[in-house]
Amino acid sequence: MKQFAELFLNLDRTNKTNDKIALMKEYFMNAKPEDKIWALALFTGRRPSFKINSTQMQLWANEVATIPGWLFRESYNSVGDLGETISLILPPASQKKSDKSLTEWFGYLNRLPAMNEIEKREHILAAWDQLSRQEIFVFNKLLMGSFRIGVSQTLVVRAVAEAAGLESSAVAHRLMGKWLPSDTTYENLIFNESENDNASRPYPFYLAYAIETDISEFNAMENWMVEWKWDGIRSQVIHRNNELFIWTRGEELATDKFPELHALKNCLPDGTVLDGEIVSFRDEKPLPFNILQTRIGRKTLTKKILEEAPVAFIAYDMLEENGVDIRALSQYLRREKLERLYQSAQREEIFRLSEVLKFNSWEELKELHNSSRENAAEGFMIKNKEGTYQVGRKKGDWWKWKVNPLSIDAVLVYAQKGHGRRSELFTDYTFAVWDDDEKLIPFAKAYSGLTDKEIAEVDRFIKSHTVEKFGPVRTVTPQLVFEIGFEGINVSSRHKSGIAVRFPRILRWRKDKAVKEADTLVNLKSILDTYK
Amino acid sequence: MRIKLIQFTGKSLYCAAADVHIDPWIPVDRAIITHAHGDHAKWGSKHYLAHKDSEAILRLRLGQDIDLQTVEYGEIFIINGVRFSLHPAGHILGSAQVRVEHKGEVWVASGDYKLENDNFSAPFESVKCNVFITESTFGLPIYKWQPQAEIFSEINSWHHKNQEEGKASVLMGYSLGKIQRILKNISITDTLVLAHGAVYMVNEQLRQAGYDLPPVTLITKDTDKKHFKGALILAPPSAHGSPWMRKFGPVSLGYCSGWMMVRGAKNRRAVDQGFVLSDHADWNDLNIAVKSSGAEKVFVTHGFTSAFSRWLNENKIESAEVETMYGNDEVQEDAVPVLNEETGG
Repeated sequence: MKQFAELFLNLDRTNKTNDKIALMKEYFMNAKPEDKIWALALFTGRRPSFKINSTQMQLWANEVATIPGWLFRESYNSVGDLGETISLILPPASQKKSDKSLTEWFGYLNRLPAMNEIEKREHILAAWDQLSRQEIFVFNKLLMGSFRIGVSQTLVVRAVAEAAGLESSAVAHRLMGKWLPSDTTYENLIFNESENDNASRPYPFYLAYAIETDISEFNAMENWMVEWKWDGIRSQVIHRNNELFIWTRGEELATDKFPELHALKNCLPDGTVLDGEIVSFRDEKPLPFNILQTRIGRKTLTKKILEEAPVAFIAYDMLEENGVDIRALSQYLRREKLERLYQSAQREEIFRLSEVLKFNSWEELKELHNSSRENAAEGFMIKNKEGTYQVGRKKGDWWKWKVNPLSIDAVLVYAQKGHGRRSELFTDYTFAVWDDDEKLIPFAKAYSGLTDKEIAEVDRFIKSHTVEKFGPVRTVTPQLVFEIGFEGINVSSRHKSGIAVRFPRILRWRKDKAVKEADTLVNLKSILDTYK
Repeated sequence: MRIKLIQFTGKSLYCAAADVHIDPWIPVDRAIITHAHGDHAKWGSKHYLAHKDSEAILRLRLGQDIDLQTVEYGEIFIINGVRFSLHPAGHILGSAQVRVEHKGEVWVASGDYKLENDNFSAPFESVKCNVFITESTFGLPIYKWQPQAEIFSEINSWHHKNQEEGKASVLMGYSLGKIQRILKNISITDTLVLAHGAVYMVNEQLRQAGYDLPPVTLITKDTDKKHFKGALILAPPSAHGSPWMRKFGPVSLGYCSGWMMVRGAKNRRAVDQGFVLSDHADWNDLNIAVKSSGAEKVFVTHGFTSAFSRWLNENKIESAEVETMYGNDEVQEDAVPVLNEETGG
């Protein structure tokens, strides 16, 4: 447990990707073999449930620390993490420090579900009483809430791959699926070659850079192929060995998440790999990304979700034909092959072709660019017809030309302290616009987009201009104006403003604007009417 | 209603009966200064009074020519018929609680304080009073310090490990108070101790005034780079992220502060090692100080004022929170200028 607690705290302390990988790699090389599988389970979102809720834990901790609930909440507001707050308010352990391993602690916790309330309490209290403060914190993380630690699946995959001397894609595949830490071992999971390791393996995605100049400075029009930039989930669809695999850009095997696409197996020849975008469609029209978002991250897809957010695959490239890697062919040749495949498939409801746009001049294209949002696109993809399919983000052949975000000038009205790294600064802001009665109506929360220096400055402003406190939330004097950017806008019955915006973020601090010059709800609604 | 012996004007703690301000933020005629930190000792008053151990730094910071009267701890001085005396607050060298007695009523303004003996400043002395004015910088039950011996041993092991790995140990802490405490308590026999200008200046000023502190070497443009390897480099928190920090080659960055108790605070500062070492009382010691004062009324200033005050009221000690300008959790550590660098922590 000590070793795992150290790993956890070290990972938490750094935001450098390479350091995180090095720390995990070291753990997976040196930890007790039986502990590795539990660590892996925790890092890949497979924490078992022990039927304990955080309210109970909080209550028990308060009893031991003899403090009232309100004081716990004050403390929590300052710390920003429940498990950590508990670890800080508890008195020091009175028992000899435990040297139980991570696996042994999971064994200990596994007895919880069968216990009654009184036994559970005793069980947890006894554990707290033999752990150090840091260990209590990590122990609490094993028990409740989300196990977030700033380590993505991709990083875990890379660390395990380096520790095991395997390829990342092989490890990624082996970590997929429904394994449980109690039913397998690290050795078994990572080192047992599976037949489908190679069959499922995707190609590295080719990623575009944003255009740096005006589009008219591109060379001859006829050298380029222009498509809409779809706002969906970038994916590779692979059909090999009579099996279908769907990989998303984050090296996530997401086949299970899109059951309606499984029929692609029947219309793609064996040995085919396509690159494209998964997008929600209804009545021939692509739906906004927030519809698709409702099904991402769900463990189980209900019938209702599948009906409300049906998806299709929009193909725009072909990487493998009859089991042969064709990435070295020119873009237009790959396109021809893709079009032939598309025409023979005839499954429009799940398999679409990304249209190549026709235009007679760069000026005409600029006009068309302005209508991106009406076409549910984020702008254009511009591809060199002679280009090959490259690896990773490379300049030259693929360019993206995105539309500017929608934006509005809004007033800072509420603020709350951040979490984790920013737990003592006010970094969670709520913004408002003016309504017809000259009242400020909140419409969006935003967290990012300011520099550390600006954050400190806004933090000082908030602390010296607090009008009211509601628990952790402060109402501040409406005085600061920010330009808020967002990607989409929709009607919402849940918000007082009647509007919900997608990916709101601070574009810049409008120090030049007085609070009266901020935008109005009418401005916001006119954007809605244009783009919904 | 009778006028309170000490009033909270927002700009000072004011004793009207004596016409004296304690730690004023504005220039006044007569000021009593609890200690020489920038948020308590402000420039511009006509006449200052402080403990004699505050003199060296007060003159350094407020001017050599200020009109300053110094007293010993426990020495009684009478101003306009009001009895005053200063008592050790244990916060930093020369820090004092101000005891004010008038018409049979005793108030104590404690300034900043800590209970643990740091082996340099005079240890905190509990003073009986009717009304106690307490800080609450760390007035939440999440702040509970380990005995300092454990922290100093952590610092020693960290430094040894860095020496073995050929790294410089850059240790940050407030240059007045924290750094002297560190110098008096860690092992520095087998290391070169280098210092940032702010640290060096305070250390030299105190050494010249006769205080028993080890010498530190000022880092200048001409300091040979080969000295940095394995050295202990003392710096104020304001040096963090400055170009000055970038010249030491491989370093491990340590930070001594009570705020290091919380993971988020530690991570946000991007230090390699946080040492929970504070010159303020922790939750337990705040409670002990309040109880042992025997006060029937407690005013809570800078820090987690509302939480600590509510806690005292629920525990049958009448209490009210008071807005002051002193470094609380709201303004701590913004300050970069040397003169103002050590609020809080």
